[in-house]
Amino acid sequence: MKKLLITTMAILFASSIIFAQSEKFTQAMKKNLGAMDSSFRNPADLLKLANSFERIASAEKNQWLPYYYAAFCQVNLGFMEQDKSKVDAIADKASSLIATADSLAPNNSEISCIKSMIASCHMMVDPMTRWQEYGAESSSNMEASMSQDPGNPRPYYLKGQGLKYTPEQFGGGCATAKPALETALEKYATFKPATELHPSWGKEIALQLIATCK
Amino acid sequence: MSGRITDNKNKPVAGASIQLKNTYDGTTSDSLGYYLFITEEKGEQTMEVSSGGYFVVLLIVVLANAPIVQNFTIKEQITELKAVVISAGSFEASDKNKGAVLSSIDIVTTPSANGDVTSAFKSLPGTQQVGESEGLFVRGGTATESKIYMDGNLVNNFFYSSTPGIATRGRFNPFLFKGTVFSTGGYSALYGQALSSALILESTDLPDRTQADLSVSIVGIGGGIQHLSKNKKSSWGVSFNHTNLWLAFNVIKQKQDFFKIPIYNQGDVNFRIKTKNNGFVKYYGYVSANNTAFRSPDIDSAALKNAFELSNLNIYQNINWKDKIGNGWKINTGISFSTNKDDLANETQDANNKKVIVTSPAFYAFKNFDLISNSMYAQARLVLEKKISGLSAVRFGSDYFYSKEKSTYTLYNGVKFSEEVKDKLYAAFVESDIYLTNSLAAKIGGRLEHSAIINKWNIAPRVSLAYKLAANTQASLAYGIFYQNPERKYLPAIASLDYSKASHYIFQFSQQTKDYTFRTEVFYKKYDKLYKTAPNNNGREVAANNFGYGYAKGIEVFWRNKKTFKNVDYWISYSFLDTKRNFLNYPAAIEPSFAANHTASFVFKRFVLPWKTGFNVSYNFATGRPYYNIAYDNASGKYLINDQGKTINYNSMSFSINYLPNLGKKEAKTFAVWVLGINNILNQNQIFTYNYNNAGTRKEAVIPPSRRFVFIGCFLSFGIDRTQDAINNNL
Repeated sequence: MKKLLITTMAILFASSIIFAQSEKFTQAMKKNLGAMDSSFRNPADLLKLANSFERIASAEKNQWLPYYYAAFCQVNLGFMEQDKSKVDAIADKASSLIATADSLAPNNSEISCIKSMIASCHMMVDPMTRWQEYGAESSSNMEASMSQDPGNPRPYYLKGQGLKYTPEQFGGGCATAKPALETALEKYATFKPATELHPSWGKEIALQLIATCK
Repeated sequence: MSGRITDNKNKPVAGASIQLKNTYDGTTSDSLGYYLFITEEKGEQTMEVSSGGYFVVLLIVVLANAPIVQNFTIKEQITELKAVVISAGSFEASDKNKGAVLSSIDIVTTPSANGDVTSAFKSLPGTQQVGESEGLFVRGGTATESKIYMDGNLVNNFFYSSTPGIATRGRFNPFLFKGTVFSTGGYSALYGQALSSALILESTDLPDRTQADLSVSIVGIGGGIQHLSKNKKSSWGVSFNHTNLWLAFNVIKQKQDFFKIPIYNQGDVNFRIKTKNNGFVKYYGYVSANNTAFRSPDIDSAALKNAFELSNLNIYQNINWKDKIGNGWKINTGISFSTNKDDLANETQDANNKKVIVTSPAFYAFKNFDLISNSMYAQARLVLEKKISGLSAVRFGSDYFYSKEKSTYTLYNGVKFSEEVKDKLYAAFVESDIYLTNSLAAKIGGRLEHSAIINKWNIAPRVSLAYKLAANTQASLAYGIFYQNPERKYLPAIASLDYSKASHYIFQFSQQTKDYTFRTEVFYKKYDKLYKTAPNNNGREVAANNFGYGYAKGIEVFWRNKKTFKNVDYWISYSFLDTKRNFLNYPAAIEPSFAANHTASFVFKRFVLPWKTGFNVSYNFATGRPYYNIAYDNASGKYLINDQGKTINYNSMSFSINYLPNLGKKEAKTFAVWVLGINNILNQNQIFTYNYNNAGTRKEAVIPPSRRFVFIGCFLSFGIDRTQDAINNNL
C-alpha cells in the first residue's frame, strides 16, 4: 500500500511537473503570439519576437511550433529589410530554424509554407537572376503545402499574394490573384487550428489584398 | 542581468540575442547594444550571445539574488557576404557570385557579341576591337597570349580555324556555361601559359527540367534535348547544329567570292551526375566538321585570283569530377582530350577560275600550296583544396599537358615538308586565400612549370590583395609573373629557346551596389624574352631567339547602371593603352598592329514589357591602329619596315531585338524567342589593317566580308513553359 502510494505520488508529482512545464510553454507562446500583430509594425520589435521564440525553441527542443514561429518572424524580417545585401543572411537564419521544425514535424503543410516564403525572400534580393532557381523552389513548396493539408488556406493566400505582385504580362495581376485569394478565404472560413498555439495567420491580409482587386 | 554587447571594434551590436541556455529567459540588445532582463533562475547557468554574422559566445554565470552586469565582445565572422572580393584584373559574368559585373544572359543579349562567348567581353575594358582575326587581344597582348579554360581544362581550338582576313567565331554555345571569369591580368596560379589573359568558363550543372529545343535562322538549323532524371540527380543531353550560309550570303553580298559556301556540322553530348555531397561528375563531348572556300583578287597581279579552301574536323572531350571529400577537403580533377585536323589549300586562278601556276617571278608559284595539320592534345589535372577557417583556404595541384602537332606542307611542285612538334608540359601549383578580416584578404600563390620544348623550369609567383574601404568600395592590387611557350606556327625553332615572360602590376578601385558598378584599373605590364623570328632553311619564319621585349601600360574605366533610367540597363567601358614591343619580325620596339590607344564601348538594353520585346544597342569605338609593311631584306639579313601608317578610327553600332510572344502564357507548351540582329547598322566604313603586295608598292585595306550583317532567327523550346526563364532573362 505504501509502495503504491509512493508510486502514485511519484506519478502525480511527475505529471504535475509535465503539466507545469507545458503550462509554462503555453503561457510563453501565448504571450508571444499576442505580441505578434504589434511586433510586425517595426523590424526591431519583430527581431525581439523572433529571438524570444528562438529562446523557447532552444529550451523546448521537441516542440516544432517555436521553431516555426521563429522562422516565420525571421522570414518576415527578411521581407522588411531594405538593404538587399543583408536579406540572404536573414533568410538563411529562417532556413536553419525551419529545418529543425521540419525534422520535428515532417511533411507539415505549415512548414512547407514557410519554406516557400524563404525561397521568395531569397528571390526578392534579385528577381532578375534568381527567379529561375528560387521561383521554382517557392512554388514547389507551395504545392507541397497544398497537398500536405488541402484544408490549409495559407498556401493559397501565398499563391494569391505572389500573383498579385507579378506583372500582368507574366501571368500575374488581379485577374489571376483573385481566384487564388478567394479560395484562400473559403478555406479560412472553415479552417480550425489544432490548438490555439497552431498557425492561424493570414486572413486579414488576404482580405486587404482582395479589397485592392475590386 | 544587464550589460552591453559590442563587436571587436568596440561598436555596439544591436539585435543580438542574449539567453540563459535551456530556459526561456533572455532578451534582445537595443540599438546601442544594451540589454536587460530579469530571471528567476538560480545557480550555475550558461549565457549564450548570438547575432547573425558573429561567432556565438558562451559564458557560465552563477546566479544569486543580486543583479549581474556582464558585457560581451562578439567577433565578426568572415563571410562571403561581408568579405572583400579579390578582383584586381578580373571581370566575372555569373548569376550567383558577388562581384560579378555581367550576368550570364548578358553574354547573349549584347548585340555586338552575336551570341559568341568571347565577343561579349569585347565590350569590357582591356580588350581590342580586332576584326580581321579571332581571339581576345588583351592589354597590348596578342590573341595567343589569352588562353581559354573549360572547367579547368585548356581548350586548344576554342575558335574555328582561321581564314585569311576573316575573324572566326568560338565553337561553343554560350548556354553551356553558367559562369565566366575573364581575367585581363594577374590571374590565379592555377592557370598558366598565357602572358596576358585567362578566360575561365564553368559549365552549367543540372538543367531545371527536361526540355527539347529547336532553332531556325538565316544561318542554319539546330535542335537538342536535355533530359533530367526523375530523381533530379542526373541529366544527359544531345544537340546538333547545321550551319549553312547559303541563304545569308545570297541576301548579303560578301566581298569574297565563296565558291564553297561555309557549312558547319556540329554535334555534342553531355551527361552530368550529382554526387552525394552536391559534387558533380560532368562529361562533355563535341565534334564538328566544317568546310569553306572562297576566291579573292590577288594583291600582286590583277590577272590572278587566290582560291582558298579550308576544311576542319575537331573533336573535344572532357570529364571532370568536383566534390567534397570530407574534413574540409575538396577535390577537382579532370581529363580532356582533343584532336584537330585542318586541311587548307590555296591556288592561283585566272579570270575563268582555272588553276594557273606562274613561275616567274617565283613567289607567284609559292601561292599554290596545301597544308594538312593534325594535332592531338591531352590534359590531366588534379586540384585539392583544404579549407582553413572562415573563407581562408589553401589549394594545390598539378597539371600535365601533352601535345603532338604534325603538319605536311606541299609546294606547288609537289615537294613536301613534314614537321612534327611534341611537347610535354608539367605544372605544379599552390595557392592560398587568406582572409585576415572581412576587410582585408590576400591570394598568394606560385606555379612551377617544365616544358619539354624549352627543357627548363620556370617559377611564377602570383599575389593579389584586396582591401575594403567602405561597405561597397574596395581597392585591390595584383602582381604576377607569367610564362609562355612559342606559338606552334613558329616551331620548330632554329635555336634553343627560353620561355617568354610577362610581369603584371595592377591596381584597381571599385564600387559596386546592386544598381551600379564603377571600376577603374591602372596597369603596367612588362614583357621580357619575347620570341624573335627569322627565316629557316625553307624560308619559313620561325622562332630564333628570346631577344624580344616590350611594355604595355594604361588605365581603364567601367561603369554600369541598372537603376537611373527605368527598365534601362547600360554600361560604358573606356581603355587607354600605351604599348610598344619588339617581337617576331619587328625591327625595333614599335606600337603593335593589334593595339589601339583608345577603345570605348557602350551597351544599352531595354525590355518593354507590354510589347514583350527587348531592345539592345551596342556601340564600339577604337582609334586607328598602326599597320606596317615589314619585309625580310636579303641583303642585310634583317627585317625592315618599308612602309607604315595608321588606319581610320573604328566605329560599329549593332542593334538587336528579342521578341518573346508567349511570355506569360502559362498554358503555352511552346516557348519562342525571335531574334533580329543587325551589325554595323550605320553602315560605317571599317578598316582593320592593310595588306601589301610583294613589291611593297601597293596596299589593300582589310575590311569585313560584308559591311553589314543581318541575323534573323527563331528559338523554340517544347513541352515546357519557359516563361520563368524569360522573366529571368529580361526583367
